[in-house]
Amino acid sequence: MRHRFPGFALDAAFASPTPGVTAVFGPSGCGKSTLLAAVAGLLRPEAGRVALDGTVLLDTAAGVDTPAERRRCGVVFQDSRLFPHLSVDTNLRYGLRRAPRDANGAGFEEVVDLLGVAHLLSRRPAALSGGERQRVALGRALLSRPRLLLMDEPLAALDAPRRAEVLPFLARVRDRFRAPILYVTHALDEVDRLADHLVLMEAGRVLAAGPAEALSTRADLPLLAARRDAGALLSCAVLEHHPARGLTHLGFPGGELLVPLREDAPGVRLRVRVRARDVSIATEEPRGLSVQNVLPAMLESLSPAAPHEAMLRLRVGEATLLARVTEDAVARLALRPGQRLWALVKSAAFAATTPAQEAPP
Amino acid sequence: MLTPEEWGAVRLSLSVALRSVAFGLPPAVLAAWLLARGRFPGRALLDALVHLPLVMPPVVVGWLLLVTFGVRGPVGALLHEWFGVRLVFTTAGASLATAVMSFPLIVRAVRLSLDAVDPGLEAAARSLGAGPVDRFVTVTLPLIAPGILSGAITAFAAGLGEFGAVITFVSNIPGETQTLPLAIYSATQTPGGEATAAKLAAISFALAVTGLLLADLAGRRLATLIGRAPR
Repeated sequence: MRHRFPGFALDAAFASPTPGVTAVFGPSGCGKSTLLAAVAGLLRPEAGRVALDGTVLLDTAAGVDTPAERRRCGVVFQDSRLFPHLSVDTNLRYGLRRAPRDANGAGFEEVVDLLGVAHLLSRRPAALSGGERQRVALGRALLSRPRLLLMDEPLAALDAPRRAEVLPFLARVRDRFRAPILYVTHALDEVDRLADHLVLMEAGRVLAAGPAEALSTRADLPLLAARRDAGALLSCAVLEHHPARGLTHLGFPGGELLVPLREDAPGVRLRVRVRARDVSIATEEPRGLSVQNVLPAMLESLSPAAPHEAMLRLRVGEATLLARVTEDAVARLALRPGQRLWALVKSAAFAATTPAQEAPP
Repeated sequence: MLTPEEWGAVRLSLSVALRSVAFGLPPAVLAAWLLARGRFPGRALLDALVHLPLVMPPVVVGWLLLVTFGVRGPVGALLHEWFGVRLVFTTAGASLATAVMSFPLIVRAVRLSLDAVDPGLEAAARSLGAGPVDRFVTVTLPLIAPGILSGAITAFAAGLGEFGAVITFVSNIPGETQTLPLAIYSATQTPGGEATAAKLAAISFALAVTGLLLADLAGRRLATLIGRAPR
């Protein structure tokens, strides 16, 4: 896909598995929203090709350009764009009425229930809070029986409490409906929570694309690795709870983690971000520590991070962790690739501020 | 209070103004939509053309209509030949002249409200499967309804008083083309007609004020109704 604006050029290509959530992540102005508009058919790129499960929606070379109204891409916009002259009920049914009769998908009651908007049906959009508006917009898009759901920073216009209110609904929609989702965002916590697949964009170009967990452990992507909350995403399963100790045991391929007590039932799969700055290392097995998680690890590689800091890639069983340490520590401990180490992560690092995230089932 | 002739002039004025709005409204909405949303060569020309009656002397507009729609004019001759329709010296002609004069008033009002409609809403309707006509009818039209209504009422009020274009195009025939302002003009030209002129002028004034008040009220009512009122 290529498109030029005055002073900006978009040149991006990627493929994502369907179904699943693909997050397009990048700083503001990197072209991710333009990309989404082009997929939706609301913007015609100078050159490009968009195909969904074998159906070509746009191919400028072949002269194919399905109009947006026939692409069946449900869009959730940042500013909700509910029709102000229609009630919530009529807004929700707008796409449903226009969906092909043979298209199957969520029923009205089911969506209303799932999004908790039943008590809002008779209201006008002007009488809704920001979070309620986004939930209705999400329902409206879902009910249009889309083949693809496009979300353009659906939480960006909301304040933190409203974001926290809507995010679980997005996770529910992802789990309940099998329509593939393309999710544009510049918030990493939304990626952690929702995305299976990640596309990193900067200045109109795709830097990297791949499974979210794999990309999270790459130290060579400053867009991720240079962040304060950089760290490996681990896909875990809840093993058992220890209410007396206030801890929950999580299992991941290659080890176990003790985190503050969670409410999820044993067996539930979730995803946690192990921030690189929360991981310490030791060259000998440490004793007498408050740290609950001491994992045997192998140092895969070292790369310079911020000034006087290094990013370590650690192999723990089949999983990979990132650790951010000072260059002084690297020199003092004479760290070198291939070395056997212990990775230390305190349980408190997984407390409320780093909510452990639900992983796709 | 009023003689039958004077009542006739009032009724004729109302009928002419009403018809001018009825016929002028659809093309005015179309022109406003083209000007607000369209991207085509000649847009500036259309804009100028639409606004011409606002800045040209009404007499010139009337004369142009006479030249075009007169029985020997290019359009008038065809209308007469094909449909037997004659516009000159008829009530229909008075309505046409009035419609042309008030056309820019409607276009301006509609265009203002069109500019206030977020194109993002039309894009959202598109993504939900609504084709061009569908989204115009279900999204754009309801949102610009206050503009259309206030434009129509303003045009109606202004149409009651159209003078120059009417008298030039269809002349001043009592019962056929003699609307309120024309009747007032005739009264002032008649010795002892001051009382009649004053009565008709008062009616004219009352109708205009009522029209403007109605336009404002209706616009606000409708705006509340469709949920666009300031929160």
